Amino acid sequence: MQNTDNQTVVICTDLSKTYQQGLIQVHALSNINFEVNKGEFICLSGPSGSGKSTLLNMIGGLDTPSSGKVYIDGEEIDKLNKSELADMRLHKIGFVFQAYNLIPVLTAQENIEMVMQMQGVSKNERHHKSLNILQEVGLGGLENRKPTELSGGQQQRIAVARAIVSRPSLVLADEPTANLDSLTASKLIDLMLQMNELHNTTFIISTHDPMIMQRSKKLVKLHDGKIIDNIIQKNNV
Amino acid sequence: MNTTLNFAWRNIWRHPRRTILTMLAIAFGAALLVFSIGLQLGQYDLMIKGSISIYQGLLQVQKKGYLDEPKIRNDIKDIQNLARTIRDKTGIKSITARANGFALVSSEQRSYGTLITGVEPEYEKLVSSIPGTIKEGRYLLSDDSHEVIIGKSLANNLRIKTGDELTLMGSGRDGSIAATILPVSGIYDSGSKELDRNLIQIPIKTFQEVFSMGNAGHALIFYHDEIKKEHFFRQQLQQLIADNNQLLTLSWDQLQPGIKQAIELDYSSGWFMYLVLVAIITLSILNTFLMSVLERSREFGIMLALGYKPFNIAKLVMLEALILTFFALTLGTLAGLAINVYFAVYGLTFEGMEEIAQMYNMSATLHPQITFESILIGPLVIFIFTILSALYPAMKIRHLQPVEAMRKI
Ligand SMILES: Nc1ncnc2c1ncn2[C@@H]1O[C@H](COP(=O)(O)OP(=O)(O)O)[C@@H](O)[C@H]1O
Ligand SMILES: [Mg+2]
Repeated sequence: MQNTDNQTVVICTDLSKTYQQGLIQVHALSNINFEVNKGEFICLSGPSGSGKSTLLNMIGGLDTPSSGKVYIDGEEIDKLNKSELADMRLHKIGFVFQAYNLIPVLTAQENIEMVMQMQGVSKNERHHKSLNILQEVGLGGLENRKPTELSGGQQQRIAVARAIVSRPSLVLADEPTANLDSLTASKLIDLMLQMNELHNTTFIISTHDPMIMQRSKKLVKLHDGKIIDNIIQKNNV
Repeated sequence: MNTTLNFAWRNIWRHPRRTILTMLAIAFGAALLVFSIGLQLGQYDLMIKGSISIYQGLLQVQKKGYLDEPKIRNDIKDIQNLARTIRDKTGIKSITARANGFALVSSEQRSYGTLITGVEPEYEKLVSSIPGTIKEGRYLLSDDSHEVIIGKSLANNLRIKTGDELTLMGSGRDGSIAATILPVSGIYDSGSKELDRNLIQIPIKTFQEVFSMGNAGHALIFYHDEIKKEHFFRQQLQQLIADNNQLLTLSWDQLQPGIKQAIELDYSSGWFMYLVLVAIITLSILNTFLMSVLERSREFGIMLALGYKPFNIAKLVMLEALILTFFALTLGTLAGLAINVYFAVYGLTFEGMEEIAQMYNMSATLHPQITFESILIGPLVIFIFTILSALYPAMKIRHLQPVEAMRKI
């Protein structure tokens, strides 16, 4: 085990991912070294195809690197088997994807509760926590709506609520605003920043939206699978 | 658990029309199976009951070897006494003694070779349907009356009526010539052409006298209409004859292997049909399950990303299949049962059945068998096959990769 500093949530060392596409090798990520501390709000930016999703998937244990290592809370995830990886995701990581995050047959509240149910949280506690978080994300009263009865922005808020409800070490959001208009997008970012402040939840958000880049506390720029810039932006929020 | 059930239930109703069609297919298949199996077993019941009630009985006690070599010398001594003892000890009246032989019967005009049986008229009536089918004249009066009854076809062949005399000639137990002349007291029409043409009956004591049998005979016939209890009765009989190791008990299927063979042959061709039916249903179900899994690929990807294990998702899909199948089968089984109950009460008559019916001495009206097995076997087979067909998509889920799964929408 390397670097078990409590404050460091993610460490990537020499992380590379190469996809084989027919005869061509696509280097989606090359030698990424990258650390994330507890409570950080990081924006992963870069043009389409620069490797943002690939990096998030590696960190979230959804995909395996070709070489290099990923540590989450000091644990090398390469060493985990499939089931342990699933458990790690369940307990430590929240995900928000670009769209269609929610299970269409479940209500807003049930969507939020499904992860807690897998975690074995009692029914009462689930109920209580999900109603609370719905209030926090500004959707109090909509708990019985199905995803199709919610707007795109509302759906993404539910996804954020689901990701943070059980206080994970890390929330990974892959272009969460890509399908939203700019006002709604801005409000979603507000929400995530607010949750970051309120619960000290660590966020890594990928985007190519300048508005989001501007507002994040730390900006990591990717290009052709390499980190080309790592900027701390102090005067934000 | 409650939540998972709820989740599964809603997933089932994502495409109500598809689900209902699939359920109807399963239900229809189940109802059809319940009905046809009930009918088939009902038909076998009729065949068995018909053939045992006409003459051979449910069980017989014979001397060892008599079944294979029905020689007049293979006899049972003091047979009427034995029959009486068994009747007394079991309290069952439908047990009778018989003696069998061969004879050449002649009228004034013609002669035919036939089977001739000596019977106890009083008890014969309780064991065989022949005494009840006398169409002309009457049945035999007593154990020692001097008379004969013959079948309708034989009567026609011999060109005789009741009251006419018949000459019987055969060979007695001791090899001497057995001959007598007896008046025809009755003509029966059993429904079985074979019996009507080949079997004549005379009182048992008269038989013993003519064939020099002393007090011996060849078989005790036991009849009961509850075929299912055969085993129980057989054990009872076996105990009562245990002190004579020359005797043995034979069941209807040993006495008339043809019926059992006919049933078994019919059974296997029936099962082939059912299997085809089940295969068609299974394929349509497999299609539904496969579609329902493939179209949810992205959703499963999300669930995997959130920390669900493939096993959890496979379990969910299996649960959905179970619930759907369970409701459909319940519906189908109840429908099949209702149809069977209806026909059990009112009967079902097929056109052209009369001929086959006659062959086995059964009524041409069928009543489906309604037993636990006849109702549940079909649905159970469908259940097993549907669960197997749900296993395939569930197994596919085990290899689902979250990133790939999410890429598909
Ligand atoms: N499964 C895959 N097979 C082959 N190439 C892939 C695969 N996934 C991503 N890539 C390639 O890797 C590179 C990075 O992709 P991605 O991480 O999706 O970029 P971004 O999210 O920044 O748009 C792209 O060139 C993309 O075509
Ligand atoms: Mg991407």
